[in-house]
This record gives sequence, structure tokens and C-alpha cells, in this order.
Amino acid sequence: MPKFTLNGEAREVNVPGANPLLWVLRESLGLTGTKFGCGIGQCGACTVLVDGDPVLSCLVLGRACAGKRVDTIEGMADGNGLHPLQQAFADLSAAQCGYCTPAFLLTAVVLLKENDRPSRPEIVAALSGVLCRCTGYLKIYEAVERAAAVMRGEKVTPLEEILDGI
Amino acid sequence: MGSDRAHDLRIVGTSQVMVDAVSKVTGKTVFADDLQLPQMLYGKLLRSTEPHARIRKLNVSKAVAAPGVKAVITGADLPIPFGILPVSQDEHVLCPEVVRFVGDPVAAVAATSEDAAFEALNLIAVDYEPLEPIPSIDTALESDKPQLHDYADDGNIHKLINLEFGDVEEGFADAHHVREDVFFFQGNTHLAMEQHSATADWSADGRLTLWSATQTPHYVHRAVAKVLELEPSRIRVIACHNGGAFGGKSDPFSHEIAAAKLAMLTGRPVKITLTREEVFYCHRGRHPVLMWAKTGVDESGKILAMHFKTCLDGGAYGSYGVASTYYTGALQTVTYEVERYKFQGARVFTNKPPCGPKRGHGTPQPRFALEVQLDKIAEDIGVDPVDLRRNHLQPPNSVTANWLKIGTIGLGECIDAVVEGAGWKEKFKKLPFGKGVGIACSSYICGAGLPIYWNDMPQSGVQLKCDRGGGVTIFCGSIDIGQGSDSILAYITAEILGIDPIDVRVVTADTDLTPVDLGSYSSRVTLMTGNAAVQAAEKVRDIIAFHAAKKLETEPDKVRFADRSVLAADDPDQRIAFAEAVQLAEAAQGTVGSIGWYKPEKSPGRYRGAGVGPSPAYSYSAAIAAVDVDPETGIVTVPKIWIAHDIGQSINPMTVIGQVEGSVYMGLGEALMEEMVYRSNRNVVHKFPSMLEYKSPTTHEMCEIETFLVGDPDPNGPFGAKEAGQGPLLPVMPAVANAVYDAVGVRVDEVPITPEKVFKGLRSKDHRVGPKSFPDIPWPEPLCIPTPAEGGDGKALRVETAAKA
Amino acid sequence: MLRLPRFDYLEPKSLKQALKMREASGDNAMYVAGGTDLYPNMKRRHQDPTTVISLANIRALTGVRNRDGHTCIGANTTLTQVAKHRRIKRHYPAIATAAGSISTPLLRNMGTLGGNLCLDTRCNYYNQTLEWRKSIDYCMKKDGAICWVAPSSPRCWAVNSSDLAPVTVAIGAEMALVSADGERVVPAGKFYNDDGIEYLTKRPDEILTELRLPQPNGWDATYLKLARRGSFDFPVLGVAAWIRWDGDTVADARIVLGAVASYPMPVPEAGAAIIGTSLGDDAIETAATAAFKPSKPMDNTDHGLSWRKQMTRVYVARALKELRANNKLI
Ligand SMILES: Cc1cc2nc3c(=O)[nH]c(=O)nc-3n(C[C@H](O)[C@H](O)[C@H](O)COP(=O)(O)OP(=O)(O)OC[C@H]3O[C@@H](n4cnc5c(N)ncnc54)[C@H](O)[C@@H]3O)c2cc1C
Ligand code: SF4
Ligand code: FES
Ligand code: FES
Repeated sequence: MPKFTLNGEAREVNVPGANPLLWVLRESLGLTGTKFGCGIGQCGACTVLVDGDPVLSCLVLGRACAGKRVDTIEGMADGNGLHPLQQAFADLSAAQCGYCTPAFLLTAVVLLKENDRPSRPEIVAALSGVLCRCTGYLKIYEAVERAAAVMRGEKVTPLEEILDGI
Repeated sequence: MGSDRAHDLRIVGTSQVMVDAVSKVTGKTVFADDLQLPQMLYGKLLRSTEPHARIRKLNVSKAVAAPGVKAVITGADLPIPFGILPVSQDEHVLCPEVVRFVGDPVAAVAATSEDAAFEALNLIAVDYEPLEPIPSIDTALESDKPQLHDYADDGNIHKLINLEFGDVEEGFADAHHVREDVFFFQGNTHLAMEQHSATADWSADGRLTLWSATQTPHYVHRAVAKVLELEPSRIRVIACHNGGAFGGKSDPFSHEIAAAKLAMLTGRPVKITLTREEVFYCHRGRHPVLMWAKTGVDESGKILAMHFKTCLDGGAYGSYGVASTYYTGALQTVTYEVERYKFQGARVFTNKPPCGPKRGHGTPQPRFALEVQLDKIAEDIGVDPVDLRRNHLQPPNSVTANWLKIGTIGLGECIDAVVEGAGWKEKFKKLPFGKGVGIACSSYICGAGLPIYWNDMPQSGVQLKCDRGGGVTIFCGSIDIGQGSDSILAYITAEILGIDPIDVRVVTADTDLTPVDLGSYSSRVTLMTGNAAVQAAEKVRDIIAFHAAKKLETEPDKVRFADRSVLAADDPDQRIAFAEAVQLAEAAQGTVGSIGWYKPEKSPGRYRGAGVGPSPAYSYSAAIAAVDVDPETGIVTVPKIWIAHDIGQSINPMTVIGQVEGSVYMGLGEALMEEMVYRSNRNVVHKFPSMLEYKSPTTHEMCEIETFLVGDPDPNGPFGAKEAGQGPLLPVMPAVANAVYDAVGVRVDEVPITPEKVFKGLRSKDHRVGPKSFPDIPWPEPLCIPTPAEGGDGKALRVETAAKA
Repeated sequence: MLRLPRFDYLEPKSLKQALKMREASGDNAMYVAGGTDLYPNMKRRHQDPTTVISLANIRALTGVRNRDGHTCIGANTTLTQVAKHRRIKRHYPAIATAAGSISTPLLRNMGTLGGNLCLDTRCNYYNQTLEWRKSIDYCMKKDGAICWVAPSSPRCWAVNSSDLAPVTVAIGAEMALVSADGERVVPAGKFYNDDGIEYLTKRPDEILTELRLPQPNGWDATYLKLARRGSFDFPVLGVAAWIRWDGDTVADARIVLGAVASYPMPVPEAGAAIIGTSLGDDAIETAATAAFKPSKPMDNTDHGLSWRKQMTRVYVARALKELRANNKLI
């Protein structure tokens, strides 16, 4: 198995045969933040970034990632500092069970990289490759918008003041 | 119940970050399949390829000899049956003689890798003698043979219920208008994003540990003990955070017990993670229900009598089915006043994966029927559907015709909020062809009055322990399935002790460490664990106040808890840190801790069947859906839903809204596209056990939602809180159906409302799509229970007297 | 969980190497590009090559080129690239739309044009796990004897479910293929077979290198997709319509239906119905009816077949109205 850059670190893994990246990450490397929802491209739970693009790790062979950059949820926070998207997801409870959350976060990172002020329809389209059964997506959209504002340097309503008085 | 609300609430009622949010957004939360133990083996289940068959021969010798295989077990190894309800212990971990659906487990393998286990499965030879399959309600009613289970009430009719509260015929005779309708609600499933997974570890000293993605670790504990004949004290069940559940993880399952058995045989940890297809086979989802409703009203629409019949397609096993069947009748009375009520319910066995509880357990189907029928009645008698509902609400603090005790009811406020928010008056019947609005209401329980197995113990218990450092640990058997139950415990404890949620460590769902809570089902957790937590925290508060009072030179009842401090109410400058106060208490009397527990009050119903329906409190919802119907295609899109929910008091409004939105999402899927379909002509296979073909709405189908939280604190809820996780799903399907009618004049008396059906309705003469008739069912003699208005005492009349009367 | 079977995985760097490897490994070898079709199929054991030859590292297969006014899209171009490519969007919007309508943005980052055009036909008796298929005793397309969709029929009716295929046929694109025997170019209409099993005329050893699009001169085309959900879902009906205009008059037209047959199905009667007209409502209605008649969806995809058939009429009419609206002379 190949050398590749995982969350910024050079890694070499020895896995026999042709194993999809999802299993390489979860079983060989113990990075279980990437989730399994179907194994056949039908849910998006296994999303990771390969060379900066969000892809389905259940359908990419680990070996096909040789020489590439792989980023997973484990590499998203900067040390102990949450990424603004992570903070916004936490603030707005956009993660309920949390099973789909890594996939949405990684997809959203790429969206905000390409577009620092995405409209609601743009968010809907960009995130349409991941299913969530808990949230109904709306809190996820709001979290992406909140994070985008934070990343643009704007002030956002402090959590305590949102919904105050209900 | 509840805590004293004399001082301002600091945490309760404000938006808070969930206690596990950071671990979730960083991918650190450990779900069941994330566990890896040293030396772990991988297990897999071989599942039946026949819908109904006798196992003639089962040869595992090749599998046993296959590379990497450490153990193979079959039905003979686990002969003791189990099941969630004491009355239907009809499942086996591995079928010993007969398989009852495609997907029923027959053998299990443990091997050194998942691949080896998979390959070994293919080496197991099963020789089936096919039996006639029972694929549908109709066939189940027609044929007693072959009988799926000999304990059924009648042939393949699992359960028959016949309850009459007052003389409905008299009510119909008095009515200004009477209507009969037939409805069908197709089955659908939970489709939690996480597949079920369990890992078992057996230690040589005879202790078993089982980690599982389950909503009910306590019931799993009991089932494992029973089937494996182990002392319960030797078994530890730990429920991992569930990656969504929605009711789908609330039965004990074969893979859990099989993993345990394989671990015992091999002495190594064994993990079984199901494939997505297997999750469809575990199912326990929404029952398909055929319904017949006859309702009589006066000129204003007040319901004088209602006769409601349901027939549930239960699938192959009992599961929660008896409770589900009662639930299809129980809550029809709690929204609008129903003077007399008759309910007949039947559940049949068919050769399909078993149905069970899904979000709203048994109540969305009858709610759909009732709310659509009311819409028709409103039109029949020329009353606005809003007024019809608003003017006849069940009064607060009342007892319904079927003896449910209602406390607070915020339904009127709910209706007002959505009517105003949606601009109902400007829209209803006024939008151009193709656009429409529809309204529906609902109610749901906040926990069931009775536990699943008969016992006198609390439904929920917590232990609370204070640390010298000022931290508090709360132990509770409840399990967080994403709804935020761990957070609720932390908020409540922190609120009462004047500390921050981050100071509270929550330890849950571990049968060795935590007192029993029955589990995350029937929307019981916030109310029941919340009340238990309030009690425990108040006890600890009193202990600490007693010892801190001396130091603060005040009386214990004048001690306040705030800002991580304990202070004298009269002189807030007199204060000590919370940690110091704990130390004072510990120095004086030893470790500071307490227990709290909750058990609902007895309900007034005393008839057989009165156990299903009672709840300490009922939540209410009202929804208005806007739809666009493309008349050329029949495709329905839902741009927006306005929903109001009577929450009593939000503990955390952000997560309440999250639950409401999630419920609307799931309801929208049920309304428009989700269905479990089988090919009855092709071995009764599930048509498409996959996430691609079982249609769950994507971001594109999700509608805009405007949520209104209303209601007054309910005296039975912690701080007045009621449930939010299930109730808001219920009005969505009927609101969409009613809106489709407003848009194009087509009645789809069936869920899901697919484009095919709307298209057909637009082109049919009567503009209706739905079932034509309700089958004949051999109902038993009714239990006659006089209503409270008739001066009943909650008991059924003896049959002889009933016959005379 | 669902796992891949064991297989040999080869990563040639050139077409020549790939063809050699293919020759060496014989008929148990298959090519893979993005893997979004092949790997799910392998996991469910209805495609079972023992050698998989990845085309991903072959330079010659990437990129969008302009050759003699024709736009040529390399087979390895991802669907995202196809959908977002400026020239394709401008001159071949039907191609960009079809590519952009496939599954999800994540899948489009992986799935390739070549893979999409060679996509295995689909059927919900076939796209199932081994265990599931065992319970219906398999079917003719894989491991079994009977076609459950039409048990008395001698053939398989699995559905060509590619969104791009009908567009390529409608606009008259060409596929370039290479094998050890050399190169050949096949018109898209001849690339597909009306058979659920032998659904391509391409030999299994041939590699599709590029799709050649006709010069964008005086014609217009569009693609409409019908699917249950706005993402993830395969089409249950695709309508590709192509018109060569002569001012405000239809000089030539082709209408091709996707996802209702084992191949992208041209409906010449529908095209004929509008030639010589200015696409008045009546002409459109006649064409829609002509397309509706031969459209014969079977019970092996999502949605009811009679509704899908009915929708042919609606979607063909909508596609033609869109083309009419595009023509500023009308
Ligand atoms: C959940 C899901 C949804 C989908 N939805 C859609 C949809 O809506 N519309 C749609 O059209 N498709 C859909 N697809 C199918 C498929 O993923 C895409 O069509 C994709 O473009 C296939 O490309 P690929 O490169 O991944 O193919 P691969 O899986 O790599 O290959 C597919 C086939 O083509 C052959 N092949 C690939 N490249 C070449 C080549 N250059 N020469 C010769 N043979 C070749 C392979 O041998 C294989 O048989 C969906 C798939 C999934 C899993
Ligand atoms: S069309 Fe018939 S033969 Fe072809 S895959 Fe479907 S069932 Fe099998
Ligand atoms: S696990 Fe579902 S798409 Fe990869
Ligand atoms: S938060 Fe549970 S699936 Fe998205």
C-alpha cells in the first residue's frame, strides 16, 4: 500500500489487496471518524477529501490514493481550535446523532473555500450528496451560513441570544 | 413535579451547546462499529432466502473448516426464544425449525476477518422445505394455514381488540352528519444512518460485556440473560451513542445475542455489524395499516361518536405489535372532544420483516385517517377546517372517553400560531389551481404510563455524585440517540446546582454503572429522566445548602445556588465556591450524592388494554403545509410547512426546534415517498433494501419550516417540559394530503402520496385514490366501558351485564 | 458491512500498457475508471472480474480538446468537470446538464464520462446483493435462467440508465475506441445494443478513449431528467431532444429516450412529426404522442411503469417547448 498524505502527515500503510479507502482509514489506521452508511455510494456518510475534492471513500481504493492528499474529519480542527464550521455545527445543534456530521463538515469546507458567501440554493446543491435522517438539514444550512459569516470576519448572534425568550 | 421556578432560570429555556457536540463535530464520538478490541473476531449472520419454510437440513461442516473461521452456530445452539414484549416471546436468535421471512437469521459465523466470515456463510448449505407464504393482510385473514405462530388470537391474526366507550350507535343516530372512509398507510422504515452493530466480550471468569447500538440497553440485558441463561449480574450491556435510531433499535436483536454467544464460544471479542440490507430485514418500522373510520358530528362539527377500525400488517413476529395495535386506537380522543368512541384493532402475521415502533409508534396512521376525514367533514358541513378543530378541543385537565387523563393542552395556541403564521385565511381555497394549503393537528405521549414488562419499580432512575473539585457526575440508564438526552441531564443538574453544564459529567446507558432507565422510546426520556434528575439534584442541593448555611451565616432555605457558587439569598456577597460547599458537606457527612427516580402516576383506566395510551403529559402540534402540484405529472412539492408545537417548557429551545424540524423531515418523507414494498409474486422479497431505492428526502426535497413553540409548563414535566421528538411528525402527512386536495381537488386517502396516485386521481371520476373497503374481521365481543360522562369508573362492564344492557 | 471481493488491481500508465494487461489477464478482467458503477456491482457480486485494470492514470484519457471544431472529451474526465466546463456549457449545454444531473456532487467528483457511457444496465432484480438474488433464484443477467421482469421473454430487459447516453445519441456524437487491433470510431447510436446483457457494441477489451461532439453549428439540444429525488437518483425517464433549425423551421430533429429500454431509444417518428414545422403546440403534441407510443418501461426501476410511460408524453413536450423558447426567431 501506498504512501499518501493524511491530514497533512505523510503516511504509509500496509494493507493487502484492494481495500477501499474507508476501510483503510477505519480499520488499518483507526481513524473511525469517517462513517459507513451503505458501502455503495448511496448515502454520502463516508465522505473524505482527496486532493481537496469531497469523494466517497467507500468507492475509492486506498491504493488509488497513492501520492495524494487525503483529509478526514480528524484533521479538521486546528489542534484544539475548532474550525468555524465545527463551532457553528455545535452551536446550532446541527449535529444530532452526529453520524452524518463529518461528511457534511468536509463537504461544507470545500464549498466555503470556493464560495465565501454561498446562497441557500447553493448550499442545498453543494450538500445534496449526503443524507441526514435526524436534522431535516435546516440547522446544517444555518450552521454553514453562520460559519461563512464568521470566516468573513462578521459578527454573529451569540448563542445565548438566539431564540432567547422562547 | 418540576423544580421550583421561584428564581430565574439561567440554563433551562436558553440555547445551549449539547454536551457531546464537540466530540460529534470532531468525529470522536464512538459509535458501536467504531469499537475495535484486541483479538477481535468478526461475526456474520446467514439469513433465510425463503419467506416461509421449514429447515430440513442445515450443514455447516464446510464453513467450520473454512480458513479463519473460529465458530459457527445455528438455532440448536440457542433454543430459548425472546421478544420485547412478555406476551410475544416468539423470536429466536437463529431460527431452529422454521424461517418466516427473507432475511430471518439461520446461522452465525465468527472468523478472523469480515471477508472470511462472509466467505464461510456461502459454504453453509441450507435445505428448505418451502411453506405457503402469507404475503399480505388479505391472505393472512383468509388462511389459517400455514399458521405463522400458534399463540395468535385467531389463525394468522395475531391480536384482536374490541373496545367500546359509550354507545356509538346512539351517537351516530343523534348526529347531524355521519361519514365513513377507508384509508391506507403504507409501511416505512427508520433508515437511521448508522447500521446496527454489536460487540461482545466474554471473560474467563464468566462475565459478558456487550456494546451495542441500542435504544434499550435494559431490555437487551434482560433478553441476553434469558437466552444465554446467564446471571443478569454477570452481564454488562453498554449502549453506544446511536447514529440515529427512531425506534429501529429498540428491540433486542439476533445479532446482539449471537455476538455474545460467539464470544462465549471462542473466548475472543466478536463484532457483528449489519449491512444496510440486513438493517432493512431487522426493520421494526411503521406498520402498514388499513383503516376504516366512521364519524358523526353535530352542525358545528363536534364529534358525537367515532367508530374506528384498524388492521395492521405486522410482519413475521410480535415485536411491539400488541402495543402498536392498541396505539392505532388510543390517541384518537386526546385532541378533539369525542363523546363516544369505539375502537376495533387487529394485527396479522405475514411473511415479511417484523414491524414495530417507528417515531410516533402506531399513532401516525390513525392520525392521518382522522385528520383527513375531518377535512372532508368540514367541507361536507360547510365549516372551515380550522374552526372545526379549534372549536372542539378536548378541555385541559379532563379525562377522555377512553379514560386518558389529559393535563395541559396547548393545541388551541398551536392552531392559532400556524393559522396566523401561514396566512391561512388568505390562502385556503383561494390559491390558483395547483397550489394549496392544508392543516392537521396531533398529539403524542410524553412517555408511556406503564413499563413494557409488569413491575412496580421506577421507569427511570439517576444517581448523582458530587466531586470535591466541584464537578458533578450524573449516572442514568438513558441512552442518547441524537435527541440530546445526555444534555438534558446536564442542563437540569446544572440549573439546580447553579453550575455550568460543562461541570456535569454524564454517564449513561451502562447496565453496570447506571441505574435503570427503560430506554429511549415513547418520548419518555426528557420527562422521566428529567424528573428523576430534578429530584436527585434537589436532594443534593438541600444537603449542600444545609452545610453551607452555617458558613454563610444564614438558614438552609435561604441559600441560593448560582454562578458556580453557593450564596446567601439575602446577602449575595456572602458566598463560597460550589466546590468549597461540596467539601464542607463531605467533611460533615461523607461523600455527597443522591438518587432520584420517576414513576408515572396510575391512570384512571382500569379495563384490559387501558395500559396503552396513558401518559404523564401529552404534547400537541398543529401544522399547515403548502404544496405545489404539477397537474401534468402529479408531482407534489412542498415549499413550506408551518408547525407549532406545545412543548410546555423548552429545556433547550435550539434542540427542541431541531427535533421539530427532524420530525417534519421524516414526516415529509413518509408523506411523499418512503415505503417498504415487497414482491409478493417473487418469494416476498423486499423490493429494494437499499438507500438508493428506499427514498429518503435529500436536501432538494426538504421544505422550509417555520416553527412556533407554544404552551404552558406542564405540572408533570421537569420545569414543565413535554416531549418534542415524535409528536411533530404526526400532523405532516395529513396536512400534505389536505393541501393536495386544496390544490387540485384530489383525495389521496393513502400514504405515501406519490405522483402516480395524484396523476391517477386527477384523471379519475371521483378524484379519489385509496382503498375501497375494509375486510371482515372476526372481532371478539366488545369490552364495554362506560365513559366518564356516563358515570363510568374506568372499568369494563362484565360481559354478561354488557350483553343485558 | 459490504465488502469488495478479492481481485488483482493493475494500474497501467499508458493505453498500450493497459491493452497488454488486458490481453494477459483475459476475459476475467475489467476496466475501471471512477469505480462508482463497478465497485458497488462487485460488492454485490453481480459483476465479478478477478482482475481490475484502472484507467485512472492514463494521461491520454484526460482533458477536453478542440479538434477541427469538434470538442473531444477524454473518457477520464469527471462528471463534475464535464458539467462545469466552460466550452461544454456554452456550446453543448445538454451535455453539461445531463452530466450535472447525475447522482450527487460527490459522486460526480469521482464518476467519469467514460464510465457513464459504459454504465452497466440496471434492474432492481439485478442491482441487489448475492443473498438477495439467491432468494429469487437469480436471473438471466447473472447466474440465473429467467428474466423475472418478463419471464416468457428470451432476453434481459435491464435498463440503460445513463443520463449522458441519450444525449450523445441525439446530438450525433461519436465514441473513439482503441484495442490491440487499433482505433475505431463509432457513432453513439451504434455504440448501444437493445439488450440488457450485451448492452454495448464495444468489445470488452476495447477502451473508450474519448467522446467526440459534433460542431455546434445551427443545432440546439436539451435534456430533461425525471427522477424521484433531486439528487442520488438514476433517471426513470430521460428525454434528449435535438433540432437543427432552418430559421424558424425545424430542418431535422431527433428525440431519444433514456431509461425506458436497454439502450438509449431513438424515436424517429417523434422527430419526423416536427420536421418542417415551427414547433407549434399541435406539432409538439403529435411528437409527444409519437414518443409515448413506443416507450415501454418495464417494472424494474423506481416508479410505476404506466406513469413512466405517461410521463414520456409530458417530458417530450416540455423538452420541445424549451427548444422552441430558445429559438429567438419564433
Ligand atoms: C448512488 C448512485 C447513483 C447514480 N446515479 C446516476 C445517475 O443519476 N445517472 C447516471 O447516469 N449514472 C448514475 N450512477 C452511475 C455511475 O456512477 C455514473 O454513471 C458514473 O459516471 C460511472 O462512471 P465511473 O467512472 O465511476 O464508472 P466505472 O465504475 O469506473 O465504470 C463503469 C463501467 O464502464 C467501464 N469503463 C469505464 N471507463 C471505461 C473506458 N474508458 N473504456 C471502456 N470501459 C470503461 C467499466 O469497465 C465499467 O464496466 C450512479 C451511481 C451510484 C452509485
Ligand atoms: S431485466 Fe430480467 S434478466 Fe435482466 S436483470 Fe432484470 S430480471 Fe434479470
Ligand atoms: S458509505 Fe454510503 S456512500 Fe459511502
Ligand atoms: S445528525 Fe443523525 S444523521 Fe445527521
